[in-house]
Amino acid sequence: MLSQKEPIERHVLSVLVDNEPGVLGRVVGLFSGRGYNIESLTVSEIEHDKHRSRITIVTSGTPAIIDQIEAQLGRLVPVHRVVDLSNSGPMVERELALIKVAGKGEIRAEALRLAEAFRARVMDATIESFVFELTGKSDKLDQFISLMLPLGLVEVSRTGVAAISRGPKGM
Amino acid sequence: MAKKIAKQQMTGAEIVVRALLDQGVDTIFGYPGGAVLPIYDALFQQNELQHILARHEQGATHSAEGYARSTGKVGVVLVTSGPGATNAVTGMVDALMDSIPLVVITGQVPTHLIGTDAFQECDTVGITRAATKHNYLVKDVNDLARILHEAFYVARSGRPGPVLVDIPKDLQFAAGLYTGPENVSHPTYQPRVKGDEDRIRAAVELMASARKPVFYTGGGIINSGPEASEALRELVHATGFPITSTLMGLGAFPASDKQWLGMLGMHGTYEANHTMHDCDVMICLGARFDDRVTGRVDAFSPGSKKIHVDIDPSSINKIIKVDIPIIGDVGNVIKEMLRLWKDEKKKADKDALKDWWKQIGRWRSRKSLNYTGSKNIIKPQYAVERLYEATKGRETYVTTEVGQHQMWAAQYYHFEQPNRWMTSGGLGTMGYGLPAAIGAQVAHPDALVCCIAGEASVLMNMQEMSTATQFRLPIKVFILNNEYMGMVRQWQQLLHGARYSQSYSEALPDFVKLAEAYGGKGIRCEDPAELDQKIQEMLDYDGPVLFDCRVEKVENCFPMIPSGKAHNDMILGDAAAAEDIGSVISEEGKVLV
Repeated sequence: MLSQKEPIERHVLSVLVDNEPGVLGRVVGLFSGRGYNIESLTVSEIEHDKHRSRITIVTSGTPAIIDQIEAQLGRLVPVHRVVDLSNSGPMVERELALIKVAGKGEIRAEALRLAEAFRARVMDATIESFVFELTGKSDKLDQFISLMLPLGLVEVSRTGVAAISRGPKGM
Repeated sequence: MAKKIAKQQMTGAEIVVRALLDQGVDTIFGYPGGAVLPIYDALFQQNELQHILARHEQGATHSAEGYARSTGKVGVVLVTSGPGATNAVTGMVDALMDSIPLVVITGQVPTHLIGTDAFQECDTVGITRAATKHNYLVKDVNDLARILHEAFYVARSGRPGPVLVDIPKDLQFAAGLYTGPENVSHPTYQPRVKGDEDRIRAAVELMASARKPVFYTGGGIINSGPEASEALRELVHATGFPITSTLMGLGAFPASDKQWLGMLGMHGTYEANHTMHDCDVMICLGARFDDRVTGRVDAFSPGSKKIHVDIDPSSINKIIKVDIPIIGDVGNVIKEMLRLWKDEKKKADKDALKDWWKQIGRWRSRKSLNYTGSKNIIKPQYAVERLYEATKGRETYVTTEVGQHQMWAAQYYHFEQPNRWMTSGGLGTMGYGLPAAIGAQVAHPDALVCCIAGEASVLMNMQEMSTATQFRLPIKVFILNNEYMGMVRQWQQLLHGARYSQSYSEALPDFVKLAEAYGGKGIRCEDPAELDQKIQEMLDYDGPVLFDCRVEKVENCFPMIPSGKAHNDMILGDAAAAEDIGSVISEEGKVLV
């Protein structure tokens, strides 16, 4: 097959769509129906007057599969543009996580010290818990969450990746 | 006419009828029900739109496909909510796979009941999201006209396909503003029609340097319109290259032409497949390297440079990596290729081409479509040949069901013109042929429309015979009756030790009596000597006919590229008889479909 000998790569795709009912369903259905991976997906309206939304998808596959994903997304009627940010120069990639940790005494103090080291912000505090907010690349979030695990990690909420290219040009 | 009253208040149901008329629709296929009653009421009060009543919504969609494929126009379907919509799904996926333009209008429960599990409610847009090119749920009656016009635009432009518009019943009653179809486009959906000039130039250079070229063409040429077929003929003649086609593309190039190699692929000719395998330049026009065409992908035409013209960017490099991809309308690109070829006085390498044709002649001499005849039993290939001989001089449209008979029809019935051959290629939908014949006959009332069928397939939508009778559609259903789901039986013989699990057509109806029960004519033929005369009897009858042609029961469809094999690993009928074919297919091949 065309695709099987090539290495699997991680790619970040930006998809500009009409914000109409079902558009997210079309995108997600395309990925599930054709067997592509979604590692993360974020979506929000970005231009209210024009009803435009931007979807950021982190996916993985061989270069041929990534090309197919791009072409298949481009085929959807409400899709304006698809840009493979991983293939178009340097980019900024960010994710936000809310992390709840519960504990008392030294464990609690240790969690706060680590949070400071990671520049996480305290969004909520009780005598026996914290909610931290942390923004950064996904692997930094992963690392912080794994450190919180023995310190009373209760739950995590992550936004998924938002990304944009560096420099003056838009997509 | 409508254009003078571009903006006008009317009910949603009236908007539907007006929009269809303004789109140039003269015929729709459908079935009424609770959620489309207002639209049926609006239809009742006008005389311009003809409604063909199907007997099942799947039949309506296939009829609309037959109408669309035989005319090049958009086929229109009107069905109710819930089961009406779900029954239409198979036809929509069929149209999606074969790139057939359809607009399917479904009724929906009233807006305030959506989401309450109301009677005959289903999530139609959710269910059909993957079954359509695009779909809409109308939420405001003032958007209805725009959405309908947009639906036609999306269905027919770019790579054509089915588009569904779901209209809640309250909007059909509500009054809204009608807007005409003028300047309808879509803000984002703007398919590219013109091919990249530099790439076309590079393609023409490559063609001129070819020593062993081949044109590999597909359904895209038919979809592009009759002009594309005309341009293709000119280009093929100007270059002197051999040409083959997919199942979907038959008729774009005349089968009687010297440069025609026959169909390629799993049941294609020996010469077509070997030419593909050994060529040095492949010019793929409006075809998509389907698995039925390529055989084993890593052994597909290993030594060739490939040019691929397709209007759908996702078809490029999907299965086979190509050297010169050109995105655009295939008719447009062929014309441009032809212009460059002539303007720059390109010449094919004559000596090389002569040797190439010599080699092709050697492959042709294997006569891969030969079969063993019989004086006692009607061979299915013979039946198709005789049908062809009896009908070739006439304006004939041929549809098929799916299975062995479909392949025999493709191999032994020969097409000279586009839009004359309608078969379910991508989805392989049994039950397609009879309703598709109805659609083609509605579009061409004076032409001869034949459905070449199998006895198992045709039963899947047999109820549509009632439609044929009601509308006096004299379709000729030519059933190659071998009392088996023949292709299933063939694969069971080849791959599953001849254990014929559930593939015998037990308890078949008497097709002659069945035809009569539907108000048509039934003819049975069991003797090769009577075949011609009975075919003539069928053709002479002015009304729908079921022709029960009793053929050899265990005939296999050859030549064949076994699953998982390359083009040059074809097996021919005579070789197949001599050895155990099951042993030819590898374990990996058995897993493939």
